[in-house]
Amino acid sequence: MSIRVDHITKRFGTFTVLNDVSLDVPSGELIALLGPSGCGKTTLLRILAGLEQPDQGRIVLNDVEVTDRHISERHVGFVFQHYALFRHMTVADNVAFGLKVLPRAQRPSAERIHKKVHELLALVQLQAMANRYPTQLSGGQRQRVALARALAVEPKLLLLDEPFGALDAKVRKELRRWLRRLHDELHITSILVTHDQEEALEASDRVVVMHQGQIEQIGTPDEVYEQPATPFVYHFLGDVNVFHGRIPHDRSAQEHPNGEFALPEDLEDEHEVTFVRPHDLELSRHRTNTSQLEASVRYVLTAGSRVRVELLAVHSSQTIEVELTKERYRELELRQGDVVFVHPRQLQVFRVPSS
Amino acid sequence: MPADIALRAKGTTWKVSLTTEHPLVRWGFIALALGYLTLFLFIPLVAVFAEALKNGLSGYVVSFMDEDALAAIRLTLLAASLAVPLNTAFGIAIAWAVSKFEFVGKQVLITIIDIPLAVSPVIAGLIYVLLFGLQGWLGPWLSEHDIKIIFALPGIVLATLFVTVPFVARELIPFMQSQGREEEEAAITLGASGWQTFIRVTLPNIKWSLLYGVILCNARAMGEFGAVSVVSGHIRGLTNTMPLHVEILYNEYNAVAAFAVASLLTLLAIVTLAAKSIVEHKYVSVEAAEEPLKTH
Amino acid sequence: MSFALKQPSVLPGFGLTLGFSLFYLSLIVLIPLSGMFIKTSTLTWAQFWETVTQPRAIASYQLTFGASLIGALINGLFGSLVAWVLVRYRFPGRSFVDALVDLPFALPTAVAGIALTAIYSSNGWLGRHLEPLGIKVAFTPLGVLVALTFIGLPFVVRTVQPVLQALDKEAEEAAITLGANRWQTVRAVILPELWPAIFTGMAMAFARAVGEYGSVIFIAGNMPLKSEITPLLIMTKLEQYDYAGATALGVVMLVVSFVLSLLINLLQWWSSDRRETH
Repeated sequence: MSIRVDHITKRFGTFTVLNDVSLDVPSGELIALLGPSGCGKTTLLRILAGLEQPDQGRIVLNDVEVTDRHISERHVGFVFQHYALFRHMTVADNVAFGLKVLPRAQRPSAERIHKKVHELLALVQLQAMANRYPTQLSGGQRQRVALARALAVEPKLLLLDEPFGALDAKVRKELRRWLRRLHDELHITSILVTHDQEEALEASDRVVVMHQGQIEQIGTPDEVYEQPATPFVYHFLGDVNVFHGRIPHDRSAQEHPNGEFALPEDLEDEHEVTFVRPHDLELSRHRTNTSQLEASVRYVLTAGSRVRVELLAVHSSQTIEVELTKERYRELELRQGDVVFVHPRQLQVFRVPSS
Repeated sequence: MPADIALRAKGTTWKVSLTTEHPLVRWGFIALALGYLTLFLFIPLVAVFAEALKNGLSGYVVSFMDEDALAAIRLTLLAASLAVPLNTAFGIAIAWAVSKFEFVGKQVLITIIDIPLAVSPVIAGLIYVLLFGLQGWLGPWLSEHDIKIIFALPGIVLATLFVTVPFVARELIPFMQSQGREEEEAAITLGASGWQTFIRVTLPNIKWSLLYGVILCNARAMGEFGAVSVVSGHIRGLTNTMPLHVEILYNEYNAVAAFAVASLLTLLAIVTLAAKSIVEHKYVSVEAAEEPLKTH
Repeated sequence: MSFALKQPSVLPGFGLTLGFSLFYLSLIVLIPLSGMFIKTSTLTWAQFWETVTQPRAIASYQLTFGASLIGALINGLFGSLVAWVLVRYRFPGRSFVDALVDLPFALPTAVAGIALTAIYSSNGWLGRHLEPLGIKVAFTPLGVLVALTFIGLPFVVRTVQPVLQALDKEAEEAAITLGANRWQTVRAVILPELWPAIFTGMAMAFARAVGEYGSVIFIAGNMPLKSEITPLLIMTKLEQYDYAGATALGVVMLVVSFVLSLLINLLQWWSSDRRETH
């Protein structure tokens, strides 16, 4: 089912949750709505489902406007963050619920329902749990039941509201890979709301980054990570070093892949900001180029597979974070207090409106 | 490492002695608390049954052979069977409105529900006398049409309704508020109608709370004294409920019979307390079952 | 700016349930209660004032409010103790005792009244030992106090208990690590957390006692000017068909009840406000 979100605005009291948001989703895609809490992503999802009404704008599903249609006419499946399983029903009864409440004429026979429930439980790998109650399941199992329950009514659109938000890191990782495989199998148009950038980048076809009720960028995971459209996206997707001030000669990373450009050290002029990811910074022990930044090593953190080095720029006293591979770190033989020279492999400059 | 062990041993001692009281103080407190409860709760409770059985079991049973006593029991059951379902319907309706929706004036509404608890039962009776009594607003019209409300069953039911209005609602509202509306929303997204959602999702979830509310409401409806006393007129065999009959028997120095009827009401109170314990236990065990799996 | 009296929701039944609730509350509670104020307005101010300041009325206020206040104080002290013992200590029969605390809520007041009277009358279980000491309880103002203490017993226990349960034990441990002894910890760390709940419970017990009728009339003796409570005075006036007089006294009690409810709401707001800022 294709989705068109057309100039949607929603306010709660005087607070604007969604400000003129428009979005097109082609049929069969898995889209992630990514943003910090309070950015409006969940509200957008609930408006799509029909759980909330927008103040302005239209929702079009498969070329039919459904803005004023009741939730039951939209054929959506909704997966809640805290599962919202019916706690007094067994797993099988939870999954069967949507089928059992169908009007008699459309309701499948008890046998058909039973068969379908077991197919779905097989799909989410929970056949053995059919007669358990939700309280007897782990969080990850509960969320799989919630997903099976939503799929039972054969929705044309699957909406997932932070489905893995309440789970621990390891289970989250497993479940989002599993969700991706499931999507590749079923091809139901799906929208996944999340505040976890890793989850969005890993599971989705396209990522919609939201901030303060507006869309900052829409793109494939690679696009939003490699070419962030706004400073917010840069900040939100991974760590970043921010340098205020103007870059001499207005050069860019693409033109000079060898890193022959200066980093700004002038803190007075705030009209331009330069963003560099910690892993896009290169260190050397000796100055090879006049535009390199001189800095001293403040801390070295060797946890995990990569080494994080915190530097202090000599002239501006700015803190700079650098991420190195273990090999490179060993080559450099860095110690606290050492003087190093920094230059970026890749950077991005944004103009900031002067205040 | 002896130093380490010594330190740890020391650690346990201060924990025992400092986050609780000295055993003597502890047992002193327990004794004092139990003494207070014995004085005000246990002794009166035991006294009811002791007085009722003063003339032996046969004396106890004879107390119920009285026509007026049986009439009082029948009237009490009748009044409760009218008042309790009405207040249950009200309690469910208002709990649904208050817990599943956001609207202006909600807090005021919740406060209004509690008014009958704040008002003296005598006043609860008085207001109906002022409305429907012979000198009341509607009194002349009612007597013209030969409708008796005060000193008759309708007045007793009205006074009982007033006094027991809050009970089901007060049990359900906080419970349903704590449950949120996600399960209901999930049912709607799965295509259930409003009625299906209520019957299949909401009702099974609130059943224990609802049951306790109903039991509490019933206990109060059967036991109400002050309000009913004002509107009943104390006509033996006709408008005397069980608590009013207890009063009459007691004032006639028929203590054994009075306590015999009172013992029935006391049993009702004990059942009510037991129901509360069971319901609380149910919720505690449900919460305990959910707790370890909550990952947030 | 979107302003609505109700936020939209996919759940149905709002109009039906709220409509029914409002209709029901109006019919059973609000209209009858407002009828009382209208009835009072048939009295002139002077008549009203004379009725509510008769010596007999004044004496009944003194007894009702005085005994209610003392009862609330007793329950404030012992209720807190009971709550503490039930939450912090384990002893045989604890859950039985816990369940029984609600007895005054569940027991019909008339039953409580005759039971207390039987115990404290001169040949009763306790009365017979008190009388030689010169203490008469039944049929005196002291009896009123006993009854009002009984019916107010659960309030403080039930307001303090949840607060004690929710209390963070780490705060106590922190106080100890900072060098406080047990008494200092209780006074400086625990009690400040409990005060709002204790006051709320006492205010509730007081409000309940002020309106109480059933349990008091048996034990009080009901002597005008000595052991007659205000609700009984209203009842007496009604039996003499003095509707205006009964209503005037009723209005006084009603106003007191509303003021107390307001106070209780403020106290509850205070205590929940405190707990949320944690």
